[in-house]
Amino acid sequence: MRGLKHRLGFAGRKLARMALLLVGVSLAAFLLMYASPLDPLQTNIGQAALGAMSPEQRELLQAYWGADTPPAERYINWLTGAVQGEWGDSLLYRRPVLDVIGERLASSAGLLAAAWLLSGLLGFGLGVLAGACRGRLPDRLIRGYCLVISSTPAFWLAILLLLIFSVWLGWLPVGLSAPIGVDTSAVTWLDRLRHAVLPALTLSITGVANIALHTREKMIDVLSSDYVLFARARGEGAAAIVWRHGLRNVALPALTLQFASISEIIGGSVLVEQVFSYPGLGQAAVTAGLGGDLPLLLGVTVITAALVFAGNLVADLLYGAIDPRIRRGAARGL
Amino acid sequence: MVPVLQVEDLSISFTQYTSGLRRRTISAVRGLNLAVEAGQVVAVVGASGSGKSLLAHSILGLLPYNSRMEGRIVYQGAPLTIDRLKQLRGREIVLAPQGVSYLDPLMQVDKQLRRGRRDAQARADSRAALARYGLGPDTGRKYPFELSGGMARRVIMAAAAMEQPRLLIADEPTPGMDAPAARRLLGHFRALAAEQTAVLFITHALDLAIEVADRVVVLYAGQTIEEAAAEDFQSVHRLRHPYTRALWRAMPQHDFAPLPGAQPGPGQAESGCPFAPRCPKARAACGQTVPYRPFGGGWVRCLYAEEGDA
Repeated sequence: MRGLKHRLGFAGRKLARMALLLVGVSLAAFLLMYASPLDPLQTNIGQAALGAMSPEQRELLQAYWGADTPPAERYINWLTGAVQGEWGDSLLYRRPVLDVIGERLASSAGLLAAAWLLSGLLGFGLGVLAGACRGRLPDRLIRGYCLVISSTPAFWLAILLLLIFSVWLGWLPVGLSAPIGVDTSAVTWLDRLRHAVLPALTLSITGVANIALHTREKMIDVLSSDYVLFARARGEGAAAIVWRHGLRNVALPALTLQFASISEIIGGSVLVEQVFSYPGLGQAAVTAGLGGDLPLLLGVTVITAALVFAGNLVADLLYGAIDPRIRRGAARGL
Repeated sequence: MVPVLQVEDLSISFTQYTSGLRRRTISAVRGLNLAVEAGQVVAVVGASGSGKSLLAHSILGLLPYNSRMEGRIVYQGAPLTIDRLKQLRGREIVLAPQGVSYLDPLMQVDKQLRRGRRDAQARADSRAALARYGLGPDTGRKYPFELSGGMARRVIMAAAAMEQPRLLIADEPTPGMDAPAARRLLGHFRALAAEQTAVLFITHALDLAIEVADRVVVLYAGQTIEEAAAEDFQSVHRLRHPYTRALWRAMPQHDFAPLPGAQPGPGQAESGCPFAPRCPKARAACGQTVPYRPFGGGWVRCLYAEEGDA
């Protein structure tokens, strides 16, 4: 009972912090957009078309893009609307921001989730293996792979995979999330899967390195701990020690790392979706940013920040449920 | 009687990378000799840095990968090879380490004692081992962070003594304990010795060593410099080595007079007697290799041991 109360209070404080964070993030995004040298009128309409317009038409357009409103007023307007659930309409798509984000998120979700799970599981496995075989061949191979991948930009890797699997081998499509010239109702899940493979693979390959290297470090710490020394002195074999003590003690930090990596997956998806012309959330963010679509950009920023924050919150809550030191400690009011 | 454990001319050195790729070898233990018989408690006494823990780890085959060991370790009359060790470790040869950090923080006590076994026999054994040290089955369900310091030590004793060990190596088990708790722990060692277990008690507390042990081995800078019966410490005149005598004088119940200077660290000791720079009786010959020799019912590594007190 006491443990539950403790955890509810913990979650409450975290949510309050999240609200503050989201306001901060939206303000930062707004200020960056305001400071951007891109003029939404010139970008979206073009210098020539703009010159051919009458002053009245231009004023109308300026009002549409919000260029004539003072920045403070613009942000306050957006914020009061957003708090009431009114996120405005996307200026480029001419539809409610939440609709656009919902559609894009649905298209990205599978991609992000697959990349997240794959990089997490693979990274954990490779990290444990490397840590357990410290200094030997498997460790050197895994570490080498991780260092090469860590120093490879995600978009470059995306282009490389495109070249190999789409252009040379022709196994997978070059881009988009569905075949061109096919009616939406005729697109099968297999089509969608085939289109998602390369972007998901790119994100996973880059995500693995970070998780594997961190897990390896933690595994080495665990294996040089006093309790592993005692386990060895008690006759437990090397494999049994990794299995019984290693995994148990590496799992908790790995969990934190896994949920913290949501931010990297989402960040990576912005570039990778651009390379694969994949109509997801990341691509919407780029379009909104370059096109001066303030409501959409703020919406995307706030939603992704909330996703990342929620990931960390879940990790913290899971920690409390899994780690006996927190679970039993909290239950006893420590 | 064949001793349970014999350590002969043990030396341990480490390879370290200093600046860049330059390697150097640091000698941490050189010339360590001792023997423990069944039913005997032998204390190994030395200041920190004298190589005490390395001795424990080398017997158990747990030295770090960058170390090199020479000399002989003989168990029950035959060399203790790594294959034999794998059979004996945790069964006949057990370790009793210092404290709670030697227990897996995320595993319940009972599970740790069982070492992964789940059968009824293992559960019964684990309960019996806890009961032997006055711990109920509820302790088995606790995690290490829920144990008090004293309980953690009893859990460790239970883990060590689970399977009737023939050799128990206690590596600095007493620091941080008050005198009654330390006495109780020493009582556990004596109880095991009474069951014919050979006990190697590694400590820096000379008073505890004298109290519990049959024989006391003194380490200095990685060398055994004296082996004495515990009774020899009743009088400073019965001690053989100048360093042992200085230790005796430093005890609060005697002169409480510390010896100036410090023990040379690993890799710092020159050839010859490492104690010579602090020794009141040192002479030119002390710069040569000093043999470890039987002397007056014990052993000593000093050329001038016979010359009474200084």
